[in-house]
Amino acid sequence: MTASTVAPRLKQKQIAQLISLGKRLDGRGLTDYREIHVETGIIERAEGSARVLLGKTEVMVGIKIEVGEPFSDVPNEGVLTVNAELVPLASPTFEAGPPDENSIELARVVDRGIRESKAIDMEKLCLVPGKKAFVVFVDVYVLNHDGNLIDASAMASLAALLNTKLFNYKLENEEVKIKPGYTQLPMRNHPIAVTFAKIKDKLIADPSLEEEQVMDARLTITVEKDGKICAIQKGESGYFTIEQILEAAKTAQEKAEDLRKVVVKG
Amino acid sequence: MSQKTLEKLINKDGIRADGRKLDELRPAKIEVGILSNADGSAYIEQGKNKILAAVYGPREVHPRHLALPDRALLRCRYHMAPFSVEERKSPAPSRREMELSKVIREALDPSVFLEYYPRTSIDVFTEVLQADGGTRCASITAASLALADAGIPMRDLVVACAAGKVEGRLVLDLDDAEDKVGEADVPLAFMPNLNAVTLLQMDGMLTTDEFEQVVNLAMNGCKQLYVLQKETLKAKYVTVKEEETEE
Amino acid sequence: MPIFYENRQIVTPGDLLAEGNYMAGDNTYKEGDKIYAARVGLFNYDDRNLYVVALKAFYIPSVGDLVIGKVVEVSLGGWVLDIRAPYLAMLRASDALDRPFNPQRDDLPSIFDVGDLILSKVIDYDRTRDPLLTVREPGLGKIARGQVTEITPTKIPRVIGRKGSMISMLKRETGCQITVGQNGLIMVNGKTPEDERLAIMAIRKIEQEAHTSGLTDRVGEMIRKEKGGVENVSEDT
Repeated sequence: MTASTVAPRLKQKQIAQLISLGKRLDGRGLTDYREIHVETGIIERAEGSARVLLGKTEVMVGIKIEVGEPFSDVPNEGVLTVNAELVPLASPTFEAGPPDENSIELARVVDRGIRESKAIDMEKLCLVPGKKAFVVFVDVYVLNHDGNLIDASAMASLAALLNTKLFNYKLENEEVKIKPGYTQLPMRNHPIAVTFAKIKDKLIADPSLEEEQVMDARLTITVEKDGKICAIQKGESGYFTIEQILEAAKTAQEKAEDLRKVVVKG
Repeated sequence: MSQKTLEKLINKDGIRADGRKLDELRPAKIEVGILSNADGSAYIEQGKNKILAAVYGPREVHPRHLALPDRALLRCRYHMAPFSVEERKSPAPSRREMELSKVIREALDPSVFLEYYPRTSIDVFTEVLQADGGTRCASITAASLALADAGIPMRDLVVACAAGKVEGRLVLDLDDAEDKVGEADVPLAFMPNLNAVTLLQMDGMLTTDEFEQVVNLAMNGCKQLYVLQKETLKAKYVTVKEEETEE
Repeated sequence: MPIFYENRQIVTPGDLLAEGNYMAGDNTYKEGDKIYAARVGLFNYDDRNLYVVALKAFYIPSVGDLVIGKVVEVSLGGWVLDIRAPYLAMLRASDALDRPFNPQRDDLPSIFDVGDLILSKVIDYDRTRDPLLTVREPGLGKIARGQVTEITPTKIPRVIGRKGSMISMLKRETGCQITVGQNGLIMVNGKTPEDERLAIMAIRKIEQEAHTSGLTDRVGEMIRKEKGGVENVSEDT
């Protein structure tokens, strides 16, 4: 139906009132995540794939591996490229067309988490230094938007990468010849993104779509497996105080551990 | 990225590479109502094809100047995910996707009572998550269910299937490997209760006799998929009838 | 003159319901002397009138309907509302002011602003125009308190019940003021948020079990049990 993204004022008041009492519309605690389901290997044709359900938000990630040229400034490493599509069927607010600032930001935040945590052992993807390397395409496909696309996309990307197989090969005069068999994509880290929304000066984790429509600002903190922070992104026009940021960082570390268990085992 | 050595796709007993007989459909399963935002949705798996269809509407048209005064505007977008094919595909729409978007729209158009909702748009989206030949047909089969799931009044469901010629034999429901080496591929979409063909295309070469046989093969495939479509719609509500009989 | 389906049988679009001298009722259409289903639903016939009770259908405005809409735009001379229909609805400034609109004096957003929920009535609608609303009757206007919940419009009659039996029971048991919009939105205004929660829980149950019988009694029982709270738990374990 003709829908709009403006949350009714009455509901905004309701959400804000509940949050000042430490509660949320769906009964969750301020830092609780919705139910998470992770499935891997669903697209057999892709080298790796995963599908994550975070509440009703649904994101699918497909990994394709190709042989290409390394970047000239890092000739001994493979290439990682992350792309996100907010396809129109996922939300009445998504339009067909080239990536807009939201899908680009989503892709770059997911990319940052993987790249900065050195999640993929990029040196092992080098085939012929300076000339040939594996290119890892991470394609994030949002299928249903019910809030917190960043965390769902980051989890799906990690699950898909852990599911990814590289074909075996041998080099003949710098030509890559494919051999039968596969090896797992060499992974060294498991970055997890934890996103908070600020509503009425309180921080809530894993905002639903309704909560996002009401939030003043958004903060994503990506934590790698040893608890170090490897990426941060503040979004929306509002602001955070230093205290809120430090509190968020601490909560993110705890939450990341729980979320990682769901992704890495599943 | 692997290269298969050229083998025959159909053996001398008429059994295909995936074990099917010449006139056999790939196994298929369909679900409806799986996306919470879309007004209607359906998901189909047919062989290795995995396709998601969703409908938004009837709703106000954006941009406004495209609105039609006497009927709804039916719009359709067929799109493939970058990871859906062997070699990664750029997410930007290709010429093939644009042509398929058009023919899919034209296959669905006659089935919807567009004249009931002037000045609105009905937007149909199909996303191919994994492709293995015959995606335009599977997209139509799913999109039609998504329209029904959205509660949009329709004259009939639209069902689609392809048939063609591979290695000299006339076959039903070609997969990607068969389509690549085959002599002809004929996708067909059909409204069974009204006996109306709403999509028909052909690549390749066939005699008129062969063409007639291929069309009949495709129709048979369509009839089987139509049964599955109806079962899928009914399955959602079968509990209603069960509870009724308790009264 | 055959009818091909039984009463209460599930039909899908395109199913040939009957052939002959019948009338094509709701959610069916006629071609020649054949009558087909147009939506998924339960087939019914009433003498010569064949119709389908659609299991899913969106709201189409009808003059006289009470609807709850959300203001999505303040425009020149009025407001545009989302009433969960294929069309956006209009509310004229002169209607809300009950006098001609004076752009110099009257500040529209201070009356109704984007995001406000308005209880209104449809006063005009046809194929050539978007629905027109009014707030001039008593009880209509901005919803300032309480909660608004949504259900599929086809289940609204069940929330009201035969001769209003269901809605009277809900009001009685929860002590809430409940106003039902024909477009699937329901306003619940209680003395406490807890009362409102009970009412909304009851509405959800009605939506799930709309097609069953004895629902009014079961919903009433559920509310009473929830209200009873701790004392009742030990009773039914």
